[in-house]
Amino acid sequence: MFYIIRRILLLVITVALVSVITFSVFQILPGDPVRTMLGTEADETQIESLRNELGLNRPLHEQYVDWIRGIFTGDLGNSIRFSMPVSVLLMERLPVTLSVAGMALFIVVLFALPLGIFAAKRQKKFSDVVLSSVTQLGMAIPSFWLGMIIILYIGMNVDFFKINGYIPWSESIKGALSTLILPALTIAIPQIAVKFRYVRTSILDQMQLDYVRTIRSKGLPERIVVYKHILKNALIPILTIFGLITAEVVAGTIIVEQVFALPGIGQLLITSISYRDFPLVQGIVMYITITVVFINFVVDILYSVIDPRIRLR
Amino acid sequence: MSKRKYWLTIVLLVAVLFISACSNSEEGSEKATESEDGSEATAGASDQAQEIRVRINDDPDFLDPHRATASISFQMILNMFEGLFIPQTDGSLTEGLAESYEVSEDGLTYTFTIRDDVTFHNGEPLTIDDVVYTFERLMGLNGGEKLSGNFDNVASIDAPDEKTFVMTLKEAHSNFLYSLTALQSAIIPQSNDGEHNENPIGTGPFAFVDYSPGANLELTKNEDYWQDGLPYLDNVTFVFQSDDQAAVMNLLAGEVDVTGVPGHRVSEVEDSFNISHQNNNSTLIITFNQEKEPFKDMKVRQAINLAINKQDIIDSVFSGYATPIGSNMSPAMGEYYLDGLQDVYQRDVEKAKQLLAEAGYPDGFETKITVSSHNDLYSSVAQIAVENLKEIGIDVEIEVVEWGIWLERVYFGRDYELTTIDLTGRPSAYEILDDYISTNDAENFFLFDNQEFDQVMADVRKETEIEKQIDYYHRAQEILNEESAAVYIADYQILWGSKQNISGLKSYPFWFHDMKEVKFD
Repeated sequence: MFYIIRRILLLVITVALVSVITFSVFQILPGDPVRTMLGTEADETQIESLRNELGLNRPLHEQYVDWIRGIFTGDLGNSIRFSMPVSVLLMERLPVTLSVAGMALFIVVLFALPLGIFAAKRQKKFSDVVLSSVTQLGMAIPSFWLGMIIILYIGMNVDFFKINGYIPWSESIKGALSTLILPALTIAIPQIAVKFRYVRTSILDQMQLDYVRTIRSKGLPERIVVYKHILKNALIPILTIFGLITAEVVAGTIIVEQVFALPGIGQLLITSISYRDFPLVQGIVMYITITVVFINFVVDILYSVIDPRIRLR
Repeated sequence: MSKRKYWLTIVLLVAVLFISACSNSEEGSEKATESEDGSEATAGASDQAQEIRVRINDDPDFLDPHRATASISFQMILNMFEGLFIPQTDGSLTEGLAESYEVSEDGLTYTFTIRDDVTFHNGEPLTIDDVVYTFERLMGLNGGEKLSGNFDNVASIDAPDEKTFVMTLKEAHSNFLYSLTALQSAIIPQSNDGEHNENPIGTGPFAFVDYSPGANLELTKNEDYWQDGLPYLDNVTFVFQSDDQAAVMNLLAGEVDVTGVPGHRVSEVEDSFNISHQNNNSTLIITFNQEKEPFKDMKVRQAINLAINKQDIIDSVFSGYATPIGSNMSPAMGEYYLDGLQDVYQRDVEKAKQLLAEAGYPDGFETKITVSSHNDLYSSVAQIAVENLKEIGIDVEIEVVEWGIWLERVYFGRDYELTTIDLTGRPSAYEILDDYISTNDAENFFLFDNQEFDQVMADVRKETEIEKQIDYYHRAQEILNEESAAVYIADYQILWGSKQNISGLKSYPFWFHDMKEVKFD
């Protein structure tokens, strides 16, 4: 129990630190949100009236304290760029990004795990060599390029897939899938390549340990050796990696949403940064921080489930 | 035994993957031809759905027409709003919500008769109160913030009866009517006060349905539109897609019906789509901070102008799809445009060197060009300019900054030496040229200061006769050219790719996707 409380405390501190850092960075960065938004066509009257309305003429500490106070009442403030509550914008986009990220994660696990086990068992045989070199290629592909190639060869040729925009799950499940599968695949492919290697190495490491030799000499069937004993022990490092890829998948959505014009969090983040839309950036950064920290929190908890010894440390 | 089973599963899985990958591409190519046939078939049918999807690069800044300033916003929202006057494709104006108007002899009093057959999208009729409300809101007379500086010259507004609206100016201004279009003063209903951005209501051919930030803006047909028989389309969706390359694929895949196509990709789409060329009336320039040495000296500016190879820029950056210009006015402006100036600064390295020497810089100098990163075009232009200027001994360093920083530092801060930018087109010749008036602190970021130019622009404000106005505008363009106020490169064309069965697309000398007369045949 103490373990969990300590973890939660760490979570809160991380989030608070991130919020202060983003706020300060934004004050140092040149560029003014109102001018960036209104562009060259604005006259001074319009600029001033908007600044007053948005409260951007108030002292910095006041703006920050206001923002923090808002958080505790569930009010993340209004986006400067979109003149809408940040929470509304986030809620609209959360399903898109979560769907893509979740689907990508699913595809990664679906392929990386069995392929890794397979390659480890066939170590140094032909199929292992082939798989290892193919994944080398997979790791080297930048995702925006992969996205373009997928659009060009799959998206444009298979009627089922849409290459622009998003159809909500509530509207049509088929529609949602048609907009989400390709972006998810784009994020997943390089990740499969990386994770495949982790799984393979992790299992190979275990295979060389004494206990494996012992259970093998005991005469246990290979199936039980691999799945019951090796896999369970190899799972700890693999789990760590899957904790980390959640962060990478979330980062991956930023680029992929741009290519597929998916109205998700990543796309919103790019817009909000280039427009210096501070309340929106803060909101998104909070969301990403909380997601990543939370996933790692879950991973930590899972450690102790898989290996009870961890709780003692 | 079980080991073999596991093997089998994996082999099968991989096999399935490969097969599906292969069959996807085969199936795909078949489907592609099918859909081409399909679109031809529907092109012939008359029951084609009148719904259009138009790709736009970015979100609107505001939907409230009085708050919006970005040209990209007006590109869409002008379909929802109208002003007392409506700008036309040739840069002229016609009566819009004002049925007719009169100007007093001294040019100070404008009397408008308001149309009585117009209803707003919410079903309420347009009344004189809405017109008064609109201008009071813009001028900040009804308690709110002043939203526009365009009406500072208005002394009073008045509504003597239910159909008549009177505006009195402090000083005569021949360009005044141009501030009465939806670009500057869209007429909006008083009953919608406080909701103009969340739920915009106007009198235009299309009404607001929904706005999803980052995704799209949906409009629907205004069934009660006052111009009989218009519009034809039932639905208009503006789809936001910032990536130009992806947008072309969207067009090819049939997911959007209209999009801008980068010049170098025209060959991919021209066979199966219509390509229309729009002189978008924006002027691409390289300009100098004219308060700084050495750009204070006209000879230095002229030397730079002579050194830069404009045709190279047009060919390499715009694949040739651009019209050379010689001052801040494009041929898109019709008779206001003065032809011939584009040939004055033909590339001439020797003459440029000579001018530099005369100005006291025989060995050239070092300087910096600050460009925005929001569009590749600026860095491309800068790269060519740098090479050209090297030949006359000027060493230029390129500094690429974010759009927000460019605005702050260059446009508003005027802390720069050289920069390149395209100035957005406007429907009125006066507004295009007034950037260069020395007292126009807000827009004159070149810090151009020329007494004769200021005088010409002051004269044109008082001139009521169109012919004489045009003479003044021509002289103003000559001055900009003589003084080399900037290196005027080109009005680059926007190439619109659209489905072949779409008709009625119009191009304006400013950014406007007019959907009023568009239809699928």
